[in-house]
Amino acid sequence: MLVWRFKGGIHPPTKKLAKDSKIENLKPSKTYSLFVAQNSGNPPKLIVQVGSEVKTGQKIAEADGFVSVPLHSPVTGKVIEIKKEKHPVTGRPADIVVIERTSDDEWVKLSAKPYTEYTPEEIKKRVAEAGIVGLGGATFPTHVKLSPSKKVDTVILNGAECEPYLTIDQRMMVEYAEEICKGGIAIAKSVGATKIFVGIEENKPDAIESMKKAGSAFGIEVVVLPTKYPQGSEKHLIYAITKKQVPSGGLPMDVGVVVDNVSTARAIYRALEFGEPLIERGLTLTGEGVKNQKNVFARIGTPISDLLDYAEVTSESGRVILGGPMTGVAVESIQMGISKGTSGITVLPEEIVKKPAETNCIRCYRCVEACPTQLEPYLLYKMFKKKMFNEMKEAHLMDCIECGSCAYVCPANIDHVKAFKTAKLVVRTLGRR
Amino acid sequence: MKLLTGPAPHIHDTISTRRIMLDVLIALTPSAILAVLMWGWYMLLLEIGSMAFAEFLEFFVMRVFRKKKDFVPDLSASVTALLLVFNVPAGISWWTMASGILVAIIIGKEVFGGIGNNPFNPALVGRLFMYISFPVAMITWPQVNWLHFWTPAYDVATTATPLGEAKLHGVAAATQLFHNLTWTSFLGIIPGSAGETSALLLIIGFLYLWWRKIVSYEIPVAYIGTTFVLSAIFWLANPSAYYDPLTSIMVGGLMLGALFMATDPVTSPVTPMGKWIFGIGAGVITVLIRYVGAYPEGVNFAIILMNALVPFINQFTKRRVFGTMKENV
Repeated sequence: MLVWRFKGGIHPPTKKLAKDSKIENLKPSKTYSLFVAQNSGNPPKLIVQVGSEVKTGQKIAEADGFVSVPLHSPVTGKVIEIKKEKHPVTGRPADIVVIERTSDDEWVKLSAKPYTEYTPEEIKKRVAEAGIVGLGGATFPTHVKLSPSKKVDTVILNGAECEPYLTIDQRMMVEYAEEICKGGIAIAKSVGATKIFVGIEENKPDAIESMKKAGSAFGIEVVVLPTKYPQGSEKHLIYAITKKQVPSGGLPMDVGVVVDNVSTARAIYRALEFGEPLIERGLTLTGEGVKNQKNVFARIGTPISDLLDYAEVTSESGRVILGGPMTGVAVESIQMGISKGTSGITVLPEEIVKKPAETNCIRCYRCVEACPTQLEPYLLYKMFKKKMFNEMKEAHLMDCIECGSCAYVCPANIDHVKAFKTAKLVVRTLGRR
Repeated sequence: MKLLTGPAPHIHDTISTRRIMLDVLIALTPSAILAVLMWGWYMLLLEIGSMAFAEFLEFFVMRVFRKKKDFVPDLSASVTALLLVFNVPAGISWWTMASGILVAIIIGKEVFGGIGNNPFNPALVGRLFMYISFPVAMITWPQVNWLHFWTPAYDVATTATPLGEAKLHGVAAATQLFHNLTWTSFLGIIPGSAGETSALLLIIGFLYLWWRKIVSYEIPVAYIGTTFVLSAIFWLANPSAYYDPLTSIMVGGLMLGALFMATDPVTSPVTPMGKWIFGIGAGVITVLIRYVGAYPEGVNFAIILMNALVPFINQFTKRRVFGTMKENV
């Protein structure tokens, strides 16, 4: 199949150190610490108090509005604390529920029947009930994506996994190809799409082979993509497979497409077939800062410290990153738990992450060449320095996908993405006034 | 483990401004060595001394006037200095050279806010100053004095250059004076500004930079290509009055200008389309100055003029942002 190469992009070392490590189950932790706000959109409303007894899969927070999903207890135990702590992504205080595990799993599951017997409406309802969000890291409530207001004819399962180091999607495709395909079928049914593609970068031949084998029985076509960052960006993935560009400010449904991560597709299948709410996810434990390169299934809320113990930290100082090195967030505390969006924990020693102080831009055009959205990061940054936020908006700031390609290539060590994130907040705030 | 924080991305390409500048210096080294072989120790003194003086000036400005306590030289001043030395006759007096460096670094670069903020190529600003202030010294060319290391260039008998001779006495006279001009100017054993003579060595240096992905090919191809085509038109119209197009692109400062001066990232456009426009414009101006204007060579003026147009070129060569394609809207 013909694949459309997007302009720009970069080739960081892929460092898929854990690509051959089978996804393992973790032994249970003593306590689990869950952010109530696990999804983008409205955070759900807590329905438990300190002292509440909870069972595995029991709802502990109720969806608040349409763009919101419920949260479920990852274990059987007792709520021992409800507190506010700084959220690593937003940087603002956020509610946290701490649950102490008291016994083996006593499950509270949703109803179950074979996944093919659900109607489109039932699928959407179940996906919402199960608390499913985009597991690639964006944590957007999946049932909202499955309710497009425009005609959708194509489903694309995102198996590009272009972030260096991360291998969980690759392992999912190798080990759970059939479940992913079944999830894809359910997604297509719910939105009324007729075509299903899986996009995978060519540096994952094992995943390509596995998905081809499983996909043929379901009429799912595997598209082999060039290995180039950020190929896994939703808009660039759609372009690669359909040649359609999602319009500036638009959504995939504007070009008749719904994109879901392969792990999300699997979670959807599990919610339908077995009535499992989303209380567990796969993630990669990796980086030069740990000894064991692992892929694991971990319950939501598992403390980062427990995962690090499992992977055995070897470096004295460095960054512990939720997600991959290009877009992930370096945490200030390892006591907090992982969330639905945590696709990996990448531990990078100081010698890898350190970089010299910022110097003047020499307009070397590297950022212009690297930008997959054809923005001019050097110019946007110049505007940022002068607080020209309206001009930044005019220059398509809001189309920036925050992939970090510009900052990666910059010889002057400029943190473009940090600046652009701030500028976007300012533009949004000004827009609301 | 001690937790460090910082914004994403957490990994970076190893390239730095200093490394880029070092690569440019490496690319210029073959030509710098050739100049020493032709004009001896004084040439070496000009090269090393100018770089040291330029670095000192920048260091002084940064530490004393801008109060940047942590400033570490990034070698950009050395690049400016070496390029300026390449652009002047080898026998120039040391104080003339020093005044040129002073203007290049202070007026050409620092008054605008230092590296990255200067609208014009600093080395060319320096050269223009020297050309206007010391008109005789700047056209007093020593003969090639091959492998006489201990003879200083200012003691060597002077001569004409191919472009100067052609301007003064016509191409016929110039070809009498310089045999096999196309070849000698390709190899570079020929009078001229210190570092501009050898097209071959400059091209090798440029290819190194291109291989290192420091520069892109658009500006040199557009610039040299335009000069070639326009020179060919003049030559075809009157072969006895003009150099053939191949010789035209070998002689004078075109190679040095097109490969190393016009490609200065700070003072050239950012998009490929902008680079093509920049290169073609510089080529047109160069040929017009050479063949219609009063000066024998026009590379310096051509690049400076195009530098001034860069903000406009950038404005008019913006790329279509992803998601704003016509067929979608």
